[in-house]
Amino acid sequence: MQEPKRRFRFPLHIAVFLAPAVLLYTLFMVVPLLNSLRLSFFELGNQDQQRFAGLQNYIKLFTDSNFAPFFWRALRNNLVFFAIHMLVQNPIGLLLAALLAEGGRIRNFFRTIIFMPTILSVVIIGFIWQLILNPLWGVAESMLEAVGLGDWFGPWLGKPETALITVSLISVWQFIGIPMILFYAALIGIPDELTEAARVDGATAWDTFWRIKFPLILPTVGIVGVLTFVGNFNAFDLIYTMKGANAGPDFATDIMGTFFFRTFFGQQLQLGNPAMGATVAAMMFLIILTGVLLYMYFWARRVQTYEL
Amino acid sequence: MRKTSTIVSLLIALSLVLTACGGGATTQPPAATEPPAATEPAATEPAATEPPAATEPASGEAVTLTIESWRTDDLAIWEDQIIPAFEAKYPNIKVVFSPTNPPDYNGALNTKLQGGTAGDLITCRPFDASLELFQQGNLASLNDLPGMENFGDVAKSAWITDDGSDAFCVPMASVIHGFFYNKDKFDELGLQEPTTKAEFLQVLQTLKDNGETPLAMGTVDQWESATMGFQNIGPNYWKGEEGRQALIAGTAKFTDEPYIKTWQDLAEWAAYLPDGYEAVKYADAQSLFTLGQGVIYPTGSWEISLFEKDADFNMGIFPPYVENAGDTCYISDHTDIAVGMNSATPHPEEARTFLSWVASEEFATLYANALPGFFPLSNAQVTLDDPLANEFLSWRQQCESTIRNSYQILSRGEPNLENELWRVSAGVMNGSITPEQAGQEIQSGLDQWYTPQ
Repeated sequence: MQEPKRRFRFPLHIAVFLAPAVLLYTLFMVVPLLNSLRLSFFELGNQDQQRFAGLQNYIKLFTDSNFAPFFWRALRNNLVFFAIHMLVQNPIGLLLAALLAEGGRIRNFFRTIIFMPTILSVVIIGFIWQLILNPLWGVAESMLEAVGLGDWFGPWLGKPETALITVSLISVWQFIGIPMILFYAALIGIPDELTEAARVDGATAWDTFWRIKFPLILPTVGIVGVLTFVGNFNAFDLIYTMKGANAGPDFATDIMGTFFFRTFFGQQLQLGNPAMGATVAAMMFLIILTGVLLYMYFWARRVQTYEL
Repeated sequence: MRKTSTIVSLLIALSLVLTACGGGATTQPPAATEPPAATEPAATEPAATEPPAATEPASGEAVTLTIESWRTDDLAIWEDQIIPAFEAKYPNIKVVFSPTNPPDYNGALNTKLQGGTAGDLITCRPFDASLELFQQGNLASLNDLPGMENFGDVAKSAWITDDGSDAFCVPMASVIHGFFYNKDKFDELGLQEPTTKAEFLQVLQTLKDNGETPLAMGTVDQWESATMGFQNIGPNYWKGEEGRQALIAGTAKFTDEPYIKTWQDLAEWAAYLPDGYEAVKYADAQSLFTLGQGVIYPTGSWEISLFEKDADFNMGIFPPYVENAGDTCYISDHTDIAVGMNSATPHPEEARTFLSWVASEEFATLYANALPGFFPLSNAQVTLDDPLANEFLSWRQQCESTIRNSYQILSRGEPNLENELWRVSAGVMNGSITPEQAGQEIQSGLDQWYTPQ
C-alpha cells in the first residue's frame, strides 16, 4: 500500500516557537562571541582605529617574552586549579552525596548547610577566608594550636608555594555543594529494587555502591567533570577578590581569567590592550571548546545510559 | 561606541561558553564581577550623554558637571565641603563627584572615554597614563586656562607633554612618604626618632627585644613593598632627582649600588615585620598600627586623616632615614593628583570655569585642610591647620624633593616597570629573591623596550 503523496509544508509553527530564543541568543551570545573572535585578529591604533593583523596577536601571545611566559604560567596554574577540584571537590562531593542518599533524619539539614556557601557571593567567601587565614587575627592559627598543630600554620595565602593550593581549596569549599547535589539527585533516582536485589544476592554495601550505583550514575560523573572543567577555566572572581588582578604573590595564583583581565583592562600604570585581551579570551574559548568536545566524543558517547 | 560593544561582547562571549554547556553552576564568568568597566552609571547622568549639538543651555539654566575620580575615600569631603564652596560661587553650575575604585579606575576610565560616557572632568593620574589620554585626544589642552600661572614647572611636570608644549591637567596635590610611629611606645622605651639606617635598625631591634611588633607592614598586596618601602627610602640612596633622571637618561641602571642597597634594606626589614607578614594586607597593617600593636608604619602623608581618626595614642612622624649621619636627605614628594577636562564634554566653558577655580588659592586652602596629607602644588601660600601635615610639609625645607622613579616615561612599555617593582620588592621582602636578582630582573625588563635618548 502506498502513502498518499503530500505536499511538503514548511513547519512555520516550529520557526515561530524557536524565534524568540534564537533571536535573543544570536543577538546577545553568538554575535558578541564572533565579534570578540574577530577583534583578536585586529590591532588597535591610537585613535581607536582597527587594522587587520592576521595571526600576529597569536604569534605575539606565544612568542613575545611579555606574553608567552604569562600565558603558559596561567595555563599551568589553571590546570593545577582544575586538578585540585577534580581530586578533592568531586570525590568529596560524591562521598557526601552517598552519605546523604543513605537517608537519616537530619539529611535535609546537612544538605542545606553544605550547599549554602555555593549561593554566597564570592566577595563574602574571599573576605571571610582571608580573615580566617589571617596571620594577625585569624582563627585558623588558634584552632590549629588548640589541637596541638600550631606549628603547621603559615601565611598560606602569601607564599608562592602555597597560595594557589589555598585558593583552590577555598574554591572547593565554596562549590562542593554542586557536585554533591548532582550526585545526590542521581543516587536517589536509583530504584530500591536494584539495591534490594543486590542485598538478597549477598552484596556488601561497598559492592552495591561500586558495582551497581556508581555505574548507574556515570553520566552524572561526566557532567560534573565537564562542569568543573568549564567553570575552572572561566574562573576569575575568587582570585580577583582575594589576590587582585596581579594574582600575587609573584603571579603564583594567576589563572587564565586574571591574565585575561590584566591584559584587557590594564592594571595600575599598565594600559589595557583590548586586542591582546581578545586573543587571550579566544584561547580560553578554544581550550574550553577542546575540553568539551573531548568530553562529548570520549565520554558522553561511550557511557551507557540506563533507563531506570 | 564600537569599543563598548566589543567589550560587552567579550564578556558575554565568556559567559556564552558557560551557558552553552548547560549552566554556569561552578563559577561565574568575569562578566558578573566587572560591570563598572562597561556600564558605569555615567550613562544615567544627563551631562555625559547629551549630544554635543544640543549643548549650550539657555543662560540661567543649571549645568551639571561630573568628575571622574579614583578617590572613593574623599567622596564625603567633596560633597560636603568642596562642591558646596564652588556652587555657592557659581550657582549655575552643579558638580557631581563620581569616584571609581582605585585599582579599576584606569581601565574603567579608558572604557568610558572610548564609549563616550565619561564625565566632563577627569581626575588625572600622574605622567604616562594621563599623557596617553591627552595624546588620544581625550583630554583638552589647558595652556591658556586662567590660573595655570599659579603652578611652577615641577608641579606641572607630571601633566605636560614631553616637550613641555601642552599642559593638560590642573595639578591638585602631592603626597610625601615617611614613617609614622607610636609616640607613646617610643617614650615608654626611651627611643628617639632615628635619622640614619643604623639608628633605625637599632630602634627596630630594641622594639623587638621588648616584645613589640616593630614594623606594621605586610607584603601580600605587593604595592606596599614598592610604594611604601622601595620608593620611600630609596631616594636617599639614589639621590632623588639626580638618580631618577639618570635612569631616564640611561646613565644609571637598576643593578647599580643605590638600588641594590634599597632592596637590601627591605630584606633587612623582614625580620621586624609581624608574623606571617607574607599574608598581611594593607588594611591589616593599618589596623595593626592604629590598634597600637605595630609601632612604626612606613607609608605616606595620605594616611593622616584615617590615623588621626582611628588611633587613640600620640602619633609622630619621621622622614626616611639616610645612610650616614649628615647626608643630604631626599623625600619622595610625589605629584599624585590633578584634574583635566574631557575634550568631548558638552560644557567646555563651565568645565574651564571649574578648573580655574581648582587652580585658585581658595581651592588650595580648602583642599589641603579638608584632606590633610594631600599637599597643594600651587604657589599660593597655604596655611595648614593639621600639625602632622605641617610637619610633613616642613621636610620640603630640610630635604630635596623627588618623585617616584617609575612614573615618568619608564612605565610606558612592556613589561610594565611599576608592576614589576611591586612584584620584585614583595619578592625581596618575602625572601623569595635576592636584592641582586631583583635588580637584574627589573633592568632586563626595562632593557627589552627602553632605549634612553
